Amino acid sequence: MTLRTEPFVINMGPVHPSTHGVFRMRVTLDGEVVVNLEPVFGYLHRGIEKLAEERTYTGFVPLTDRLDYVSSMSNNFGYCLAVEKLAGIEVPERAEYIRVIMTELQRIAAHLVSIGSFFNDCGAYFTPFLYMFRERERVIDLFEMTCGQRLLYNYMRPGGVSQDLPDEFMPALNKLIPQLKKYFEEYENLLQNNEILAARARGVGILPKELAINIGASGPTLRGSGIRWDIRRADPYSIYNRFEFDIPVGEQGDCYDRYRVRMEEMKQSLRIVEQAAKQVPAGPVRSKVPHLIRPPVGEAYSHIEAPTGDLGFYLVSDGGIAPYRCHIRAPSLMNLTALRDMIVGWKVQDAILTFGSFAITMGEVDR
Amino acid sequence: MANILGSGIIKGMAVTLTNLFRPSPTTQYPEQRLTVSRRIRGTQLVWSMERCTGCATCARTCPQGVIRIVTHQGAKNMYEVDTFEVDSGYCIHCALCVEACPYDAIFMGYNYERAKYRRNELVMPKSDMAIEHEQASGYYHPDIARTLPEQTLLVNWEKNK
Repeated sequence: MTLRTEPFVINMGPVHPSTHGVFRMRVTLDGEVVVNLEPVFGYLHRGIEKLAEERTYTGFVPLTDRLDYVSSMSNNFGYCLAVEKLAGIEVPERAEYIRVIMTELQRIAAHLVSIGSFFNDCGAYFTPFLYMFRERERVIDLFEMTCGQRLLYNYMRPGGVSQDLPDEFMPALNKLIPQLKKYFEEYENLLQNNEILAARARGVGILPKELAINIGASGPTLRGSGIRWDIRRADPYSIYNRFEFDIPVGEQGDCYDRYRVRMEEMKQSLRIVEQAAKQVPAGPVRSKVPHLIRPPVGEAYSHIEAPTGDLGFYLVSDGGIAPYRCHIRAPSLMNLTALRDMIVGWKVQDAILTFGSFAITMGEVDR
Repeated sequence: MANILGSGIIKGMAVTLTNLFRPSPTTQYPEQRLTVSRRIRGTQLVWSMERCTGCATCARTCPQGVIRIVTHQGAKNMYEVDTFEVDSGYCIHCALCVEACPYDAIFMGYNYERAKYRRNELVMPKSDMAIEHEQASGYYHPDIARTLPEQTLLVNWEKNK
């Protein structure tokens, strides 16, 4: 005799510990199996793209911090590149190096949060998370030293960075690099071969190659599916072609692969920081830029490899002091479109795990 | 590598054990205080009445529009500042005003404990921001940064304890 079951709708979120912000999943369940999933977002919509139209080009930089608030430096970087492209501003050599060091440190800090919260979703509640946060704290200390805040840095400006590195930055960075290496080793010992994690995350939430390409996924989500695509290599910006680094890829695109890709990427980021720290030249950190930038009429698109993926800024200028239109290509939103296809057919627990493995930030999805 | 079942967990446990004997990186905040960055962009703005000419560059630069400045023409054809108010409830502490000021009259504050009970207390009049009473931070002012104590860094933590 078979038991007749009825579909049952559950609202997961908007406020739920595993949704990384205010995200709602309307999950239709049959027993424990997800038969349909409807993502509902927009709870954190602040209209940042519209706000850009009434702010000056420099005045919008603090608002880009608030997109993906765990990786503010990358957002600053992407936006400043777009403005520089639009207005034809040159960036001094030293500023380029500082930007690369900052963005790569930011990638480490953001991935630490992503991995930590991924383990939270696995059920290893807060122990690995706090391990990760201990190292994140070291990186954040350096950011605080440079730009005065610990989350919303507002450090980069069109034409360079806001101010030079303090004198105590380089010694602290040289101390940090070997420490981070040691702790990355420790994380590998802690969880890489853990049988429980493997049983939980291997083969769960598979994102096939074709689907990943078709939805426009990017970042660790795409690379976890085995596609070697990194904007730093595919469309080099700033001075990334001067550094040696590998692009780690996963094999089958499951949650475990995405976690592994993030882990390996942090090591590669550390390699870039190490190379850049040795080569930083002396000189100015900000080119002569007028107080109110008035780019010529036209448009510019520039994208970078942010920790979540391919972050793009599209700016249209009408010759005034504020952008006529600003569009932000948010990698978290693009990655999220695969959610339904990946979760339908799996159990509720796997839905949480799969969602956690994207490491999205709602600030960027809703903008 | 070929693993015996459970070896990964044991390896992880060994890491947990070593952490048991490490000193804690956390501090008990109100009793134990760490020194903040010299460039801290805290919860406050500091303003120098002598240097301010009332040009209102800061008010025009502010992305949030929270700086209110009212001037009148005084003696010797100079502006005199009547009102200089910052609504720190709306201020996002981006410090663009500090960078924009051509006369170095506005600074970020070094103080970070500025919680208030009422919203209208968050509006800071110029008497609350006077540089004579409040410590300015070294953000964009390296000369002030040099006089402030060095920041506590977690990278130095293992050596100290």
